Amino acid sequence: MAEQHAHAAEHDDHDHKPHGWRRWVYATNHKDIGTMYLIFACTMFFIGGAMAMVIRLELFKPGMQFVDPQFFNSMTTMHALMMIFGAVMPAWTGLANWMIPLQVGAPDMALPRLNNFSFWILPFAFTLLLSSLFVPGGAPAGGWTMYPPLVLQNGASFPMLIFSIHLMGASSILGAINVVVTIMNLRAPGMTLLRMPLFVWTWLITAYLLIAVMPVLAGAVTMLLTDHFFGTTFFTAAGGGDPVMFQHIFWFFGHPEVYILILPAFGIVSEIIPTFSRKPLFGYEAMVYATASIAFLSFIVWAHHMFTVGMPLAAQLFFMLSTMLIAIPTGVKVFNWTTTMFRGSLTFEPPMLFAIAFLFLFSIGGFSGLMLAIVPADYQYQDTYFVVAHFHYVLVPGAIFGIMAGVYYWLPKWVGNMYDQTLAKWHFWLSTIFVNVLFFPQHFLGLAGMPRRIPDYAVQFTDWNMVSSIGGFGFGLAQLLFPYLIWKCVKSGERVVGNKAWEGAHGLEWELPSPAPYHSWGTPPSETMIARGAAH
Amino acid sequence: MIRAKMAQFAKLAAALVLSFAGSLPAHAESGWGLLNMTQGVTEISRKIYDLHMEIFWICVIIAVIVFGAMIWSIVTYRKSKGAVADVTLVHNTKVELIWTTIPVVILVFMAVPAARTLVEIEDTTKTDLSIKVTGFQWGWQYDYLDSGVAYFSRLDRKSDAARELMSGIDPTTVDHYLLSVDKPLVVPVGMKVRLLITGADVIHSWWVPAFGVKKDAIPGFVNEAWFKVDTDKPGLYRGQCAELCGRDHGFMPIVVDVRSKADFEAWLKDKAAEQKQAAAPPAAAPDVATAAAAG
Ligand SMILES: [Cu+2]
Ligand SMILES: [Cu+2]
Repeated sequence: MAEQHAHAAEHDDHDHKPHGWRRWVYATNHKDIGTMYLIFACTMFFIGGAMAMVIRLELFKPGMQFVDPQFFNSMTTMHALMMIFGAVMPAWTGLANWMIPLQVGAPDMALPRLNNFSFWILPFAFTLLLSSLFVPGGAPAGGWTMYPPLVLQNGASFPMLIFSIHLMGASSILGAINVVVTIMNLRAPGMTLLRMPLFVWTWLITAYLLIAVMPVLAGAVTMLLTDHFFGTTFFTAAGGGDPVMFQHIFWFFGHPEVYILILPAFGIVSEIIPTFSRKPLFGYEAMVYATASIAFLSFIVWAHHMFTVGMPLAAQLFFMLSTMLIAIPTGVKVFNWTTTMFRGSLTFEPPMLFAIAFLFLFSIGGFSGLMLAIVPADYQYQDTYFVVAHFHYVLVPGAIFGIMAGVYYWLPKWVGNMYDQTLAKWHFWLSTIFVNVLFFPQHFLGLAGMPRRIPDYAVQFTDWNMVSSIGGFGFGLAQLLFPYLIWKCVKSGERVVGNKAWEGAHGLEWELPSPAPYHSWGTPPSETMIARGAAH
Repeated sequence: MIRAKMAQFAKLAAALVLSFAGSLPAHAESGWGLLNMTQGVTEISRKIYDLHMEIFWICVIIAVIVFGAMIWSIVTYRKSKGAVADVTLVHNTKVELIWTTIPVVILVFMAVPAARTLVEIEDTTKTDLSIKVTGFQWGWQYDYLDSGVAYFSRLDRKSDAARELMSGIDPTTVDHYLLSVDKPLVVPVGMKVRLLITGADVIHSWWVPAFGVKKDAIPGFVNEAWFKVDTDKPGLYRGQCAELCGRDHGFMPIVVDVRSKADFEAWLKDKAAEQKQAAAPPAAAPDVATAAAAG
């Protein structure tokens, strides 16, 4: 037995892997697939970002200067689809691929070939979606929410949109199945559920959300497809259908989707803050239960996205109250993170900076979220820039900063080199300043009465739109530092000495050498390693 | 020492909040001063505004406390200042129970007035006047159900010319750019006006911030909404379609011309007569020009 283990350990060091294109196309190694996911996500982030730049450019001042309104609508629609399904979700799956096996002491993901398949679906899905920009009638322009009857007015791009959503959904479901099976079956002996790092916990819960709601989205868009091509009338009142039913189905997917985008960020922040506070996470179990409650609540709040559609009073009250309840577990999380820093020994390396910005700015998004739950006030906020400001606060300094914090945290482990921390701090400060210049004024615009998804506006909205656009350009440019930093780190970073890249780091990934060997945990980690790494 | 610091911090926080509050004028006309929701001109819109401000201030207070604790920790417990981590601080049932319970109480404080206002908003009984509003791509149709008066309302010509791609017309020279229409909706002050809102093609949303009314116009369904403008607040009130409805979604404003009861009655009578005349068969040989105008 001991001999076998020794042999396995030796095997680890060999790192033999296929070379050239085969390594990537036939990839079954979780690290290679994770890398591909992350590069893919980064590419989509910049394409989606370029679309945002078109939006902010047109909105820089009143009057139509650059694009046709229809193209503007395509930009808002495609920007959302690219960022949600192309950038944030694949980035999380990439991080899950890289980190979950390392963190639970597994040699790889449980289903490596499925893993390859779920990644390689994505380039096809997004090529299909992006090529719709070049078909007659232009790209989808009915909003990423795809409300009928409007979405049915799209031309040739309509079936492309539906099919690409099917592909993205299939990819996410397969990825989620892989995460669940890995966590449930491949944990090292001694790695009990309540010893798992929070990134693993939040991803496990996210994976269940994905498996629960992606089929709902697939069903909804399939009903659109048959309405359009096969004469069904699910969503057409003239045939006995109901356009509002689509909204109910869509948001039954859509609200859990919001948590799919943010829960892994909760996990990452829960790893980073203890590391740089040199102190265990406060209230580990409360964090797990809070995450689970948020996930449960996410299934019973969907209609808060549609308070203006004309629901019965009782339904509006129910959805208002259930939505407000989410503030409780979310509050618990924020208080726990704060208390983790309390009486710690803090240092402010780039991952910690991003995590702290996350704490503040995500909370602002949380506050505006609470305001949006209040139905009468929501009648004024709904479909205005106040909503745009709200969800961008949650998604940019929330989800995206979470991803960046994670990359800055684990990059030395992946590459074996430390990145240029000074430059990373520049990236942090520029991003944090500009993200506020970009999105904070949008609260004012929304409250003052500017609807969202409009290509042009009344002149009194000019000042804050200009500020917002300047923030947008600044934020967009600052992001170019990110791939440059990573590239520089890979090419010429300083070698990381030892297993830990950070003084206060705990967890199984830091028990492995840097860079993490191509095949890791062929021999399961010892009980002492697991105990040393456990978060509490 | 700590207490002195806390007091200092509290003072600073109070100053910050007050300066922010000072920059929130209740009524600002344009540009930089446009920061907050309008109080509007109906009882409901004022209640919504109060609700909005109540939640806003609750959020500000919570933010000051929570952000204060974060900043306090970040400033105080730096390794560079020699802070040593207290690794035993991992769990405290009492504290955790407290910060789970307090938010529940705060939420109840928010939910009760919100629910009350909502019940009022949903009460569409005892209305004085009913108008059917139909959203179409891209404009609004208004039908006065009791008098048969009906007409379309679209973006006015000047705005429409200026909003063309690279029109060369400076939007600042256009009166109420994108917020003016050819024929506004005319309603009386002091009467409970019921709107029956529907859509002709896709979903639109009828929104006038000053009335606190936003309701989706959905094809095949009729939504109800109502407003009652203060008797001392006649005037023009502007809004826009609030639900993405295709290419010209940004160009289907709403203007409501609120008049005194007498003025409104007179207008409605004229309008009814005008429409009857236009609809009646011409007595003499049809004049091509007037027929075209009537059509
Ligand atoms: Cu939601
Ligand atoms: Cu519209």
